[in-house]
Amino acid sequence: MVGIVSKGIHIPIYRLSRDDIAKMWGGRSASGEKAVASYDEDSLTMAVAAAMDCMKQSEQQMDGLFFATTTSPYREKQVATTIATAADLPRVSRTADFTSSLRAATAAINSAIDAVKSGSAKNILVTAADIRMAAANSKREQEFGDGAVALMIGSDNVIASIDGSYSIFDEIYDVWRTNEDDVVRSGDDRFANTKGYLPVMQEAISGLMNKHGLKPADFAKVVYYAPDAKNHASLAKSLGFDPKAQVQDPLYSIVGNTGVASSLMMLVAALDEAKPGDKILLASYGNGSDAFVLSVTENITKIKDGPKVADRLARKLPLSYEKYIGWRNLMPIEGVRLPERTAPSIPALFRERRGVLALYGVKCKQCGTPQYPVTRICAVCQAKDDFEDYKFSDKRGKLFTYAIDRLALTPSPPGINGVIDFDDGGRILCDITDCDIKEVKIGLPMEMTFRKIYESSGITSYYWKGRPVL
Amino acid sequence: MEGIKDKVAIVGMGCTKFGELWDKSVEDLLVEAAYEAFEDAGIGPKDIQAAWLGTVFSGLTAISLAPLRLQYIPITRVENMCATGSEALRAASYAVAAGVFDLVLAIGVEKLKDQGITGVAGRPGDVGNSTIGTPGIAPGYSAPASFAHLATRYFHDNKLDPDEGKRVLAQIAVKNHHNGSLNPKAHFQNEITVEQAVNAPIVAWPLGLFDSCGVSDGAAAAIVTRADMAKNFRSDPLYIKALAISVGARQGTMRQDYDFAHIEENRRGSAMAYREAGITEPRKEISMAEVHDCFTIHELLVYEDLGFSPIGRAPEDVKAGTFTLEGDLPVNTDGGLKCFGHPLGASGLRMMYEIYKQFQGKAGPRQIKNPRLGLTHNLGGQSGSAICSCFIVGNEKG
Repeated sequence: MVGIVSKGIHIPIYRLSRDDIAKMWGGRSASGEKAVASYDEDSLTMAVAAAMDCMKQSEQQMDGLFFATTTSPYREKQVATTIATAADLPRVSRTADFTSSLRAATAAINSAIDAVKSGSAKNILVTAADIRMAAANSKREQEFGDGAVALMIGSDNVIASIDGSYSIFDEIYDVWRTNEDDVVRSGDDRFANTKGYLPVMQEAISGLMNKHGLKPADFAKVVYYAPDAKNHASLAKSLGFDPKAQVQDPLYSIVGNTGVASSLMMLVAALDEAKPGDKILLASYGNGSDAFVLSVTENITKIKDGPKVADRLARKLPLSYEKYIGWRNLMPIEGVRLPERTAPSIPALFRERRGVLALYGVKCKQCGTPQYPVTRICAVCQAKDDFEDYKFSDKRGKLFTYAIDRLALTPSPPGINGVIDFDDGGRILCDITDCDIKEVKIGLPMEMTFRKIYESSGITSYYWKGRPVL
Repeated sequence: MEGIKDKVAIVGMGCTKFGELWDKSVEDLLVEAAYEAFEDAGIGPKDIQAAWLGTVFSGLTAISLAPLRLQYIPITRVENMCATGSEALRAASYAVAAGVFDLVLAIGVEKLKDQGITGVAGRPGDVGNSTIGTPGIAPGYSAPASFAHLATRYFHDNKLDPDEGKRVLAQIAVKNHHNGSLNPKAHFQNEITVEQAVNAPIVAWPLGLFDSCGVSDGAAAAIVTRADMAKNFRSDPLYIKALAISVGARQGTMRQDYDFAHIEENRRGSAMAYREAGITEPRKEISMAEVHDCFTIHELLVYEDLGFSPIGRAPEDVKAGTFTLEGDLPVNTDGGLKCFGHPLGASGLRMMYEIYKQFQGKAGPRQIKNPRLGLTHNLGGQSGSAICSCFIVGNEKG
């Protein structure tokens, strides 16, 4: 039985109020707020966060990682490998990027299902993340939110089996973006919705139900993408789903439309509340649609009690439009006057990729002290070359000391940096992120999070930072 | 292991005015410092048998000393972060003590203001990393932040409310500004008040503008000779009693047993220096000290690390005025890094210049009474991994 083994999510902690966006441009507010990736996040880092969250909730070994996005940091260079390195997957794993379509995540899921079914992979982690930009003062600027989801697709201990799927493609220009475009283009939305979104989704969902002999009332929850809340509601009505009892909240009012991650994020929220035996319908959209039937299993009651989507939404920090402008580089903003950082040495980055990207240090076999970074000579007992590998990325710690740094190289001054003592030993001096300067204090519980550090000469440097435990 | 005590002496010194010297080049600074030292020692450039140049950013090799047009003698450029100037003096002294040379030049220079930025380029996390090899992922924190880590933890461990802690630090800044106001060569020559210091803009909380030293241009130089030849040059040479350097191995950033409320390299370096000089009670025996007040919190830690104050009691000594010009143990009589300024490669030699002038009774309104033993101290690097130099000099050959 192929299905979902575990689920993970990442919602950035920053929220931009739609009232603030409307006020900025003198327009109408769609009300609510949208989740905004921090200045040090992108699709890649958000996917790592979701992957780490997903892996925390399962003991299963993975042998594949797929990454789906429309906003890859690279046009040429696989991003799934960076995510797989950060998440510390075994070397013998399948990796692939699925891009260029809002349907990329469900395309990845279909591929993962086929790989598991055919026996060529056991568990594939499908990650989906987006950080889409729309033109300032556009309707979509208010609608788009940022976030990531990770679903482990496998055949053992599935919490929800995937019983069937139905896919159609559809050639239309509704939203698109060229290599040169920074923001999403769109044509006439009324045309796109009446000739694209609504009929395509109706066709895919009806086709799925016909194929599997199901009717609308058979589903405990229906989960599907929509460009906005209005279309989301229209589709449910047209197909005869009960908006209150059956239709999963699309999270548009509090997170926004998270692109490829959107329908999967709703699915994770649906699974948070699901009972064994529940049938769930999942449908994506983007030049066609992929629709799925899922059945929740008894395992849903056994999975570890990870934080739920609702818990993740509880911790948030407000973001002003002014800061958002700086974070997304929408206009030049005066910053700390320090020389630009040069790109890292590519050979050095290659050599140290496990230490840098997976945050591996060592543990001394003589004195037992975990240490970061990797060292040849123990910093405690001076034993030489007598270590075992020791991963810090999933360890928790406490803030030992800190500074609120107004000269730090950050697009979001002041920076916070400090020293984290890990609960199981070891120490790291690092930047602290996702932290309000009012809450920082000695002893604050910390966990590690994978972030974008800086870009130079076309290379984005990624590394770990500390953040308050969610 | 004999040590350096009484083997070499300083017989000439020079030091430029420090500051934002937009109109002066590295060449100008080197020539001015060197020629003041030559004149002071009563020698000419042809008498110099070897030279050591200390600089962090203002030159890469010994050829950077080319402006002096020394004629094909051995020259070495040295670098040890903020202890670079001291390192030049140490190398020069060792060569003389080894009997290889009789008369050598130690000179340090830095033109930080040519960087065109505020503060200092290069992040603390990069110190000691290979410039070519580093993956460039070190935290993007500033030098003030590195010392703010110390302040945060010192306040916490000593149960100092941050407001109270900042007032203690402010008194150190006020003292150094007062001393700087009496020094025509200092970068900053203005007095400040405690209120001004505590209310100044924050640079890296809890440290503010007046907790931070000047980013300056400058150069300083010393002429070193054998102790037994020193009186041939002048009647009042300065005899070197100890030249200690202690270098950390990043233990503090890797081991949980480091408290961020002291600097281990300071304690080890000063212990080494006291042993070499035969000092057992530094608070009583040292007449004056020029210490590395890059940030006020570090001067506070130095009082404890170097044994001037009992551990945890430095704030009491600050409040008692112990380290003022009139106090028991004047510290940073020339204004310190805070006001004289901190051109990295020159600072160690600038500190020695002040002691040299004080011991010769030429410190004008800053003059202290009957000094016998003086101490210079530098700290390079970051909290948790540092380079400490601790030098002791005296006006009598033992």
